[in-house]
Amino acid sequence: MSVLFEARGLSRRFGRVQALDGADFDIDEGEVVALIGDNGAGKSTLVKALTGNLAVDSGELRFQGEPVSFATPQEASRLGIEVVHQDLALAPHLDSAQNMYLGREIMRPGLLGKLGFMDNTTMREATAKAFTELGSAVRSVVVPVGAMSGGQKQSVAIARAVAWANKVLFLDEPTAALGVVQTRNVLDSIKRVRDQGIAVVLISHSMPHVLEVADRVQVLRLGRRVATFEAEGTSVETLVGAMTGALELNQEGAA
Amino acid sequence: MSTATDDTRTEDRPSGTIETSAGHTSIVERVQAVQSAWILGVLVVIIAVFGLMAPSTFLTVGNATNIAQNVSIWAVLAVGVTFVIITSGIDLSIGSVLVVSSVVAAQVMERMGDQGWGTAAVGLVLSVLVGIFWGCFNGFMVAKANVPPLIVTLGTLSIALGIAQILTGGVDVRSAPTVLQDNIGYGRLAGIPVISIIALVIVVLGGILLHKTRFGRYTYAIGSNETSARRVGINVDRKLLQIYGFTGFLAGIAGLLSLAQYGTTTIAGQSLTNLNVIAAVVIGGTSIFGGTGTMFGSMVGLFIPAVLQAGFVIIGVSPYWQTVAVGSILIAAVYVDQHRRANEARGK
Repeated sequence: MSVLFEARGLSRRFGRVQALDGADFDIDEGEVVALIGDNGAGKSTLVKALTGNLAVDSGELRFQGEPVSFATPQEASRLGIEVVHQDLALAPHLDSAQNMYLGREIMRPGLLGKLGFMDNTTMREATAKAFTELGSAVRSVVVPVGAMSGGQKQSVAIARAVAWANKVLFLDEPTAALGVVQTRNVLDSIKRVRDQGIAVVLISHSMPHVLEVADRVQVLRLGRRVATFEAEGTSVETLVGAMTGALELNQEGAA
Repeated sequence: MSTATDDTRTEDRPSGTIETSAGHTSIVERVQAVQSAWILGVLVVIIAVFGLMAPSTFLTVGNATNIAQNVSIWAVLAVGVTFVIITSGIDLSIGSVLVVSSVVAAQVMERMGDQGWGTAAVGLVLSVLVGIFWGCFNGFMVAKANVPPLIVTLGTLSIALGIAQILTGGVDVRSAPTVLQDNIGYGRLAGIPVISIIALVIVVLGGILLHKTRFGRYTYAIGSNETSARRVGINVDRKLLQIYGFTGFLAGIAGLLSLAQYGTTTIAGQSLTNLNVIAAVVIGGTSIFGGTGTMFGSMVGLFIPAVLQAGFVIIGVSPYWQTVAVGSILIAAVYVDQHRRANEARGK
């Protein structure tokens, strides 16, 4: 498998804090990569830098071998890269179909579409289909998202991202606020997304979840990638050791 | 507005398990689904009470037309204010923008001297342009300069009114082309005041824009979660500019309608217009926190003060009680809205 998306030497300073300090990252096609690290290790900053949500001071991005740069999240979207943010970024008063297509509405054909009229039926049916494919627990696409449970909101946000991500999907702490059943649904969704051939980047604090779904685990510490592990055969203790620095590693350590 | 299109597809939904239709087939169900339902109930009760107390005078065509005529100009303003409040903004300047639009139009039309449609057309164009200018100024300051809408429009409330007073020396321009006054101000079409028909057309078009088009959807999205609207690539700044500009445009139209109805600019007469319109919109279920509201609700909210006013006059209660009643209903409406939100936050 070839490298789909990679970053080399990303650095970003906020005042006196060096949030990213020459961080590297890479993911292959159809792969699930977990990004782990202690609080403040730079996980969220790295995700922002990789998805057009943050400009870096130095470093380069390559997508399918070509150098790229994203001034806005929309530019990353155009290449098929989507993010599910920790806060989900849903509009609570809109229903899930409206959220799913927000900013990318399907318009009615012909003159009506030119006048700004939307094809709600098509959008609702496509949304229902997407939920079915993801095994989502959402039972109605016309209920305001604000009235849904945490797990349902999460699945709306994931379904939205998957609908537009045909290359890479970033999930920032998708299970942080979820119960056991909902977490299971999200992990299953990740596998289904991977089976569709989309690369998934999972940011998580839960080592068992990481080891369950990820192919590789990349560890960030102090704004830098300190280790990459194959998930298979790696223990939780090893990951925690790499995260905290308790485990001494030569650069790019085990693998 | 067609309501049938969304609702007839249940049989061919793809999954069979996920609901893709809201299932409100009739207007009645649609109305019940929005929180303005209870306020419509309040309006019906008010009408019923006055109807029982004074059936021969209150429940008459004359009284109904009178009420319709009285709410027409506010209805035009309320269309824009509904959009603005749904974005979680506010526009306090509408009354002043109405005044300055009508002053500019009246002065130019007076100088032209002619009483025909040509003059009236020039007046309409000027009035609308002045309105759009102030609306866009509000929108620019809110969207680009990040000044809170309350402050921006409080400022333009003052500036626009001041400019109207400077232009006129504080004396109303007491003239409007006779074609305007005869055909629009006092005109009737099939017994219905022409001004009310114009207002109704604007309200219906505004309702379609809000509820059926992408422009309307983005209006809700901005009020619901501005950050997420930006993240999905909606040009929030430009939308806000358009929405405030649209509100100014409607205030310009209202300025000319007011000139047609009263035959004079109403420099001193619009100081409470903004608050009355905002109160009506909020009573009608549009949340000042943004994200929810309906055009229908705003119209119900407008009729409550108008019906109370007419009713109190007819049954001989001091019309001052109307302001007391409207204020109380406003507080009650927001209380209900808060209560509903709290329930929603708890997941119903």
